Amino acid sequence: MVADTPIYDALARALRGERPIALATIVEGVGLGAKLLVEPGRPTVGTLGNVDLDRVVTRDARAELGAGLSSTRHYGEHGEARERAVSVFIESFAVSPRMIIFGAVDFTAALARVAKVLGYHVTVCDARSTFATTARFPMADLVVNDWPDRHLATVDPLGGRDAVCVLTHDAKFDVPAIVAALATDVGYLGAMGSRRTHATRVERLRDAGVTDADLARVMAPIGLDLGARTPEETAVAICAEIIALRTNVEGVRSLRDGVGPIHAAPSSPEPDSAVVTRGRLA
Amino acid sequence: MREVMSDIDRWRAAGRRVAVARVVAVDGSGPRDPGATMVVNDAGEVGGSVSGGCVEGAVVEQALAVLAGEQPRGLVSFGYSDDDAFSVGLTCGGTIHLFVEPLDW
Repeated sequence: MVADTPIYDALARALRGERPIALATIVEGVGLGAKLLVEPGRPTVGTLGNVDLDRVVTRDARAELGAGLSSTRHYGEHGEARERAVSVFIESFAVSPRMIIFGAVDFTAALARVAKVLGYHVTVCDARSTFATTARFPMADLVVNDWPDRHLATVDPLGGRDAVCVLTHDAKFDVPAIVAALATDVGYLGAMGSRRTHATRVERLRDAGVTDADLARVMAPIGLDLGARTPEETAVAICAEIIALRTNVEGVRSLRDGVGPIHAAPSSPEPDSAVVTRGRLA
Repeated sequence: MREVMSDIDRWRAAGRRVAVARVVAVDGSGPRDPGATMVVNDAGEVGGSVSGGCVEGAVVEQALAVLAGEQPRGLVSFGYSDDDAFSVGLTCGGTIHLFVEPLDW
């Protein structure tokens, strides 16, 4: 006989529905194991055993969820601050960050795969229905046949944890995609292409009214300078750049901040010689 | 929790009882942040992880003891271990605190 699990069931429903939710658990003190589920805009589920404690923890859980934080806090039995009668672990389940990839090209599948590993909800968007198919991108959460600017107008506003990667290589797609992405608060905006491609793209973006401040948000050429060559390596370089910008570490260099060709010849043999051969022939 | 939900669903559909171990606090340098989750069923199958592999074995034992009623639900902590390969602990110098409980909520 499997136990009834109303709180877990409600939690699982919220997580499967990509809804933000927080789970509070008494991990020390009176009422050990008691739980309270806090979901914005809905009544709470469960109780920590005291209405005042429930009220205070609900308030704190909303704040933790807003910040995407999980931590253990201490309270008195009735929710008093600066007391330690109970310890409550508040676990936040923020929604998955989103990555929207414009352009259904070779690099797209590799980037979608790596982004899934990192926990992104991945959308592949391309106006050309021949290329943007679920058969080609089974790993994507969503495959959309539409123009980038029209698609961005339909999604929930992008925020600091979200990413837009423009891989189209084609001015008629990438300029509207970048202009539309710049109108959002997206945390990462990268565009594929060589330095020469990007220089001409910058001219077209200026013609479209994009300011210097907005151009500074565009990471192009896209990715960290890892010497990446294959689609998979390029995907890692892109995701590594997203992480590096978020953590603001020193000692890593984006391709954007370097000079010279972005596909420099490998300086040391790669472990798989077949890969080297294929790269040189390409 | 997200990454172990499919394990939980599969095990419960098969009539298995499940214990959940979650990292609830980390002192100093730790391998995983609060919220890292491991699940263990009463057949000893495991999903998820709570460290870099340093303490998982001990957590499985604790989870099985909780499922068997030999240990109460509650906190367990793992701190620094020296070079003794047989002791359980973290090599990175921190301490992690886990809450281990049956999935009966």
